[in-house]
Amino acid sequence: MTYLAKPKLHHPNLPRNKLGYTRRDYEGAISTLCAGCGHDSISAAIIQACFALDLPPHRIAKLSGIGCSSKTPTYFLGNSHGFNTVHGRMPSVLTGANLANRDLIYLGVSGDGDSASIGLGQFAHVMRRGVNMTYIVENNGVYGLTKGQFSATSDKGSKSKRGAVNADEAIDMVGLAMQLGATYIARSFSGDKEQLVPLIEGAILHQGAAFIDVISPCVAFNNHDGSTKSYDYVREHNEAVNFLDVIKFRDEITTQYAPGTLQEVVQHDGSILRLRKLHENYDPTDHIAAMNHLAESRARHEIATGLLFVNGEPADLHAAANTVSIPLNMLDDKALNPGSAALAKLNAALR
Amino acid sequence: MKKLAIKAVNDFVIKFANVNGSGSASANTLFAKSILRMGVPVSPRNIFPSNIQGLPTWYEVRVTESGYLARRGGCDFMVAMNPQTWDKDVAEIEPGGYLFYDSTRQMPQSKFRADINVIGIPLTEIVNSAYNDPRQRQLFKNIIYVGALSALLDVEVAVIEQLIAEQYKGKEKLLPPNIAALHMGRDYALTHLDCNIGLKVKRADKVGDQIFVEGNSAAALGAVYGGATVAAWYPITPSSSLAEAFAKHCKKFRTAEDGKARYAIVQAEDELASIGMVIGAAWNGARAFTATSGPGISLMQEFLGLAYFAEIPSVIFDVQRAGPSTGMPTRTQQSDVLSCAYASHGDTKHVLLFPEDPYECFTFGAEAFDLADRLQTPIFVMLDLDIGMNERLCKPFEWDDKRQMDRGKVMTAEDLDAGKDFGRYLDVDGDGIPFRTYPGTHPTKGSYFTRGTSRDRYARYTEEGDAYVDNMQRLLHKFETAKEKVPQPIIHAAAHTTRFGAIYYGSTSPAMHEALDILRETGLHLDAMRIRAFPFSDDVLEFIAAHDDVFVVEQNRDAQLRTLLMTEGAISPAVLTPVLHYDGTPITARFIADEISQKLKLLHVAPLHSVSAKRVGGENK
Repeated sequence: MTYLAKPKLHHPNLPRNKLGYTRRDYEGAISTLCAGCGHDSISAAIIQACFALDLPPHRIAKLSGIGCSSKTPTYFLGNSHGFNTVHGRMPSVLTGANLANRDLIYLGVSGDGDSASIGLGQFAHVMRRGVNMTYIVENNGVYGLTKGQFSATSDKGSKSKRGAVNADEAIDMVGLAMQLGATYIARSFSGDKEQLVPLIEGAILHQGAAFIDVISPCVAFNNHDGSTKSYDYVREHNEAVNFLDVIKFRDEITTQYAPGTLQEVVQHDGSILRLRKLHENYDPTDHIAAMNHLAESRARHEIATGLLFVNGEPADLHAAANTVSIPLNMLDDKALNPGSAALAKLNAALR
Repeated sequence: MKKLAIKAVNDFVIKFANVNGSGSASANTLFAKSILRMGVPVSPRNIFPSNIQGLPTWYEVRVTESGYLARRGGCDFMVAMNPQTWDKDVAEIEPGGYLFYDSTRQMPQSKFRADINVIGIPLTEIVNSAYNDPRQRQLFKNIIYVGALSALLDVEVAVIEQLIAEQYKGKEKLLPPNIAALHMGRDYALTHLDCNIGLKVKRADKVGDQIFVEGNSAAALGAVYGGATVAAWYPITPSSSLAEAFAKHCKKFRTAEDGKARYAIVQAEDELASIGMVIGAAWNGARAFTATSGPGISLMQEFLGLAYFAEIPSVIFDVQRAGPSTGMPTRTQQSDVLSCAYASHGDTKHVLLFPEDPYECFTFGAEAFDLADRLQTPIFVMLDLDIGMNERLCKPFEWDDKRQMDRGKVMTAEDLDAGKDFGRYLDVDGDGIPFRTYPGTHPTKGSYFTRGTSRDRYARYTEEGDAYVDNMQRLLHKFETAKEKVPQPIIHAAAHTTRFGAIYYGSTSPAMHEALDILRETGLHLDAMRIRAFPFSDDVLEFIAAHDDVFVVEQNRDAQLRTLLMTEGAISPAVLTPVLHYDGTPITARFIADEISQKLKLLHVAPLHSVSAKRVGGENK
């Protein structure tokens, strides 16, 4: 398999965003994943979200680990720098990259094997440090590239394609992220683009650790009866708590909704997360209530989706490190080097 | 019969046997520094347990007017403050040496030796009558023995007072009680003891403008001057103090006017995350490093391979220690040479720098960042516990203000707009080093996808064998380029033409230099080469070729540098004789000289001219 470039030609009347880019400018190489793979839908949602937010593609850095999901950054944002790191360790590389240049947008793409098994430790610590990023787990409950082994998010009692029953308790990434202090937490389904695209937009605009667990069925190894990550199962058990509209601060608000059905969260950058309530009592700004609701819905075998938690005023790692506003990778000799006079003074103190 | 008593001025070893956590460290350092201030070089070493409180700890000070900074071995004057280790400590004293102890409690005669000189001072009694607070009793006991030692050894009391004053600058309230304790001990000794002993310190002028500093602190300062902005680390002895020193130096030198930090330090969850953050930051154009020790290097293997193949500049300070787990690891070794040189899976080779002392920890520490950017690869700075965690006398740090960071081959937006051909793995000028772009450089040009392998010269995904080989050959070529860029070896030629050579590196330096003097005194002449980096420059191979036998002196069991020389230089094992010291204590001159002279005897080498062997010091441990 060699590199596949998409043809550059496209229709002259494709819509352009405020920067003059078409959707095609946010695409990458042709996907080499299986036809029907949920991951390709997520790539398309990322492309749509970046296009809609008018982001300069080169100001996004996309990082991934290893696995099917981690291969996807090749298939979107071809004008962005990408880094396919090592298995389960993308969070640390992303953290370092973020420290080096706080001005870029960081997109971490991972899978359930990458984040819930080998990389569980790094997943936990990147969340608790509050790294400003959008972290997407493309969750299919199975190891695809190594052909069908259970992953740590496979539900207990679910069946593998070969008929084996999973005996281990599933790790709930959303539950973990809630406990670990992520400040924007969502769950969605690769088959529901309407829901997913605004959730990605909101995450990108969020100025802290944003996590999206996207259930993304594996058509090759985990889309059969007895799987709890199949298209059919997820559709049947999907319980959306709200529907998100992301309103960038300069956009005019036009749509009208009935009173009491809307909740608005203003984010630090001025953007507004407008939530249409689908579950009457769900308030994603109430951390403890959200945790309770999620535990209850999990006990009912429902898959709660939507924007599950948000803190509109998050603190990030740079705030904790008290770093200068200019990116560290831009600092020059003058800013970094104390010079010979300071050294002479230091020498004198060491005698 | 008159008892034997060692007599020496400015040339002896004094050892303090203490209990860890008793506050002895600062008193012992005070003692060592006061001798230094009298113009007499000292070389102190901490021998400490993996423990915070309660276990035995030793502080050994070699007073050496001739400037031999290696561990000498043996002990002429024992300050025995730890009952737990009494027997061992007493046994270690050279015949004719001195035992200084707390005589408050009577010790049975069997606990002493007939061939040593015993100096008892009722320290507990003195502190108990002077202080009520138990903590004060413990702390001032240490200062009191320093006072008594000043009387016995002729350490100038004014110098000690000055040092105490400097130590408590800003906390002047603490000054008078410390000075009082100092005099309490000194006056007791002058009044009650015969201070006319054989060991004396006499003012000299052998220190000059040298500085006294730990290698870890020096390396961290090197990172500041080298422009490092991101540090990620995980606590591990003996490297933790390097990261902590970086934080301290940065706070002082890198805080902007508005109080904001021109640096970021993360204490990571483990070493894997540490090196991952370094790689992420360096990929994104910041200068970044981690500090670790052997077990950390083991954990970082996968990432180090990624950094090698993806060509990410990164700096790793490895403060080497003995093998796994806990205990021996608080002792020194040079045992990570091979695990760093070939770190990771696949075909990898890494650049290693071997500083000999804090001065080189600073210079190599700064230079490592230029080398990393220039060569776009991980650079290992190989310290060890001996130079990392002990204060060592060395040349003062220097910096040329005209010097600027060498960021290596970085293509800018202007270059890309000017139409320069950008291939992330394309060798455009024949040195094996490609250009890179920082993420975010240009809206439409210069972005690429970073992977370990499986790409062509333009970073496009491919699994073609030819493209893989092409890349691997370029990486080899890049490693050749590194040979000329790394610090070059230094040769110490013998006074006489000789068939024999010796190769050494890192913290072995002072012991080696002293050993060469000892061997010369016995008529054995060797050319010596100090290797300062890997890959080895051609000079190293020429040096070996120019001698019949070359001793390779190392502080590990498996002769790791010798293996590297054999493998990388295609040198026959027969010409490289290992001289190995690996019990966790720093190598000594006497050990090296003994080993080499015995091995030369086996080769039937007659000394060039017979000179009676001069006593250089005690036995080797």
